[in-house]
Amino acid sequence: MEIDPFIFRLSIFILSIFVGYYVVWSVTPSLHTPLMSVTNAISSVIIVGAIIAALSGSDEIVFSSSSIYGFLAIILASVNIFGGFLVTQRMLAMYKKKKKDK
Amino acid sequence: MSANLSAILYLVSGVLFILALRGLSSPETSRQGNLFGIIGMVIAVTVTFLSVGNFSLGFIYVLIFLAIGGSIGAFIAYKIPMTAMPELVAGFHSLVGLAAVFVAISAFINPAAFNLGTPGNIKLASLIEMAIGAAVGAITFSGSVIAFLKLQGIMSGAPITFKGQHLLNALLLILIVILTIYLCSTQSANLFWTLIAVSFLIGFLIIIPIGGADMPVVISMLNSYSGWAAAGIGFTLENTALIITGALVGSSGAILSYIMCKGMNRSFFNVILGGFGATDQTTGSQNKEQKPVKSGNADDAAFLMKNASSVIIVPGYGMAVAQAQHALREMVDTLKKNDIKVSYAIHPVAGRMPGHMNVLLAEANVPYDEVFELEEINNDFANADVAFVIGANDVTNPVAKTDPQSPIYGMPVLDVEKCKSVLFVKRSLSPGYAGIDNDLFYKENTLMLFADAKKMTEDITKNL
Repeated sequence: MEIDPFIFRLSIFILSIFVGYYVVWSVTPSLHTPLMSVTNAISSVIIVGAIIAALSGSDEIVFSSSSIYGFLAIILASVNIFGGFLVTQRMLAMYKKKKKDK
Repeated sequence: MSANLSAILYLVSGVLFILALRGLSSPETSRQGNLFGIIGMVIAVTVTFLSVGNFSLGFIYVLIFLAIGGSIGAFIAYKIPMTAMPELVAGFHSLVGLAAVFVAISAFINPAAFNLGTPGNIKLASLIEMAIGAAVGAITFSGSVIAFLKLQGIMSGAPITFKGQHLLNALLLILIVILTIYLCSTQSANLFWTLIAVSFLIGFLIIIPIGGADMPVVISMLNSYSGWAAAGIGFTLENTALIITGALVGSSGAILSYIMCKGMNRSFFNVILGGFGATDQTTGSQNKEQKPVKSGNADDAAFLMKNASSVIIVPGYGMAVAQAQHALREMVDTLKKNDIKVSYAIHPVAGRMPGHMNVLLAEANVPYDEVFELEEINNDFANADVAFVIGANDVTNPVAKTDPQSPIYGMPVLDVEKCKSVLFVKRSLSPGYAGIDNDLFYKENTLMLFADAKKMTEDITKNL
């Protein structure tokens, strides 16, 4: 019997939970706020689904009842992607080490 | 683009996201990590465009909407003050949640576009995944909106509780399960809409009973939910990048919630069920009789610090509210010029989100190797001359170690009282979030500085 592709995706999912578990425990507590903003940004990879949804209309009807939700989701997700990565970058740029010459 | 190639590229972007989180293990590697994250996102978006392969009018519109959202996001990211990070993160979580709901709706209306079957005849597994993604997304959205309103101060931070609250939540959760089961057998659009509506409601209901200072747990929890929602949608779309990311974000948020709960010595359920301190109010009200308190002014504080050889600073949420981080760093600079050793002690739940204090200190140009976590620095209080508590309260209360009756008993606290002298900047003697008196106020070696944190710090600097 063939294995359902769902099982493969489930395996990826479970293993990723473990990867996430170990990776996140190694994050230094002082960077927990950037961790939250960057996880925010990467979870917006949901934009992939939004793009597929938005392009589901035809050339005549760009905004169909289903694609309109895709376009709305694109706006939301892209606010998050740009906002999330940029604010993380802004925060990380502030973390500086003590200057040696002092 | 072939399906196999795009699947591999999605995998690559998933791996880049893992590296993005891995980079955060130290500030030096973190910036590179963020870059990996950005590359991962660019790959995922590009691959999606290529595999859909529809570069007609719709594609132009997609780019336009992307640009609109992107400019809003970039604008917010540059304008937002660092003290408002908790609100920002809560707001961003709500967007992820709502985006997940929208994608699920679109897939439900037009399943053919996603290869999931035809309307009214969607594959069973896809329908379940879709329902889970939509429900968790909706909970994330409404929960984050409430958290945002509470943090922003538009809504009172006080817990809102009513009778039968937990029963109602439990019933609604059961209702969601029942709706999902019926949805799978009937494929009815009405059931799908009801499911989303009930999920919105429950997200709202589970966050309103949670008070302001428990927000670190709430934000982390919603962070986790947004991940699970993304993973649910990832299963629907059969997209590896989304599944990996969802799992990463989900477990990241869960770990942060756990760390925050441990920092308060409370179980996760205790926080979620809300109404902290409600059962133990008696301990707070018994101690109402007047106890002698020593209070001083900026001059006294400056004198004490000038004669110290080491000072430990304990910042809390009050510092964020008063925007005192820059004034504080100026004071520390002056102290350092006088050859006084200064370090910062951060309690895990100081502030309104994990790592909140660290970001504020970093913003004020405090080098991160002067900032220490509770376990790293707690033994140093005994050897320090002055502890400068600015805007923190419950996290320094020695009662957590001595009084088993206290609601915060067992919570890890900073051993501030072991210092030779303690300077406590606070507006009044009012109790902190836990609603209990802080014994530290009445200790022999404590000097209370009643003033606004920023103004007091500036005055001390002048007097040094």
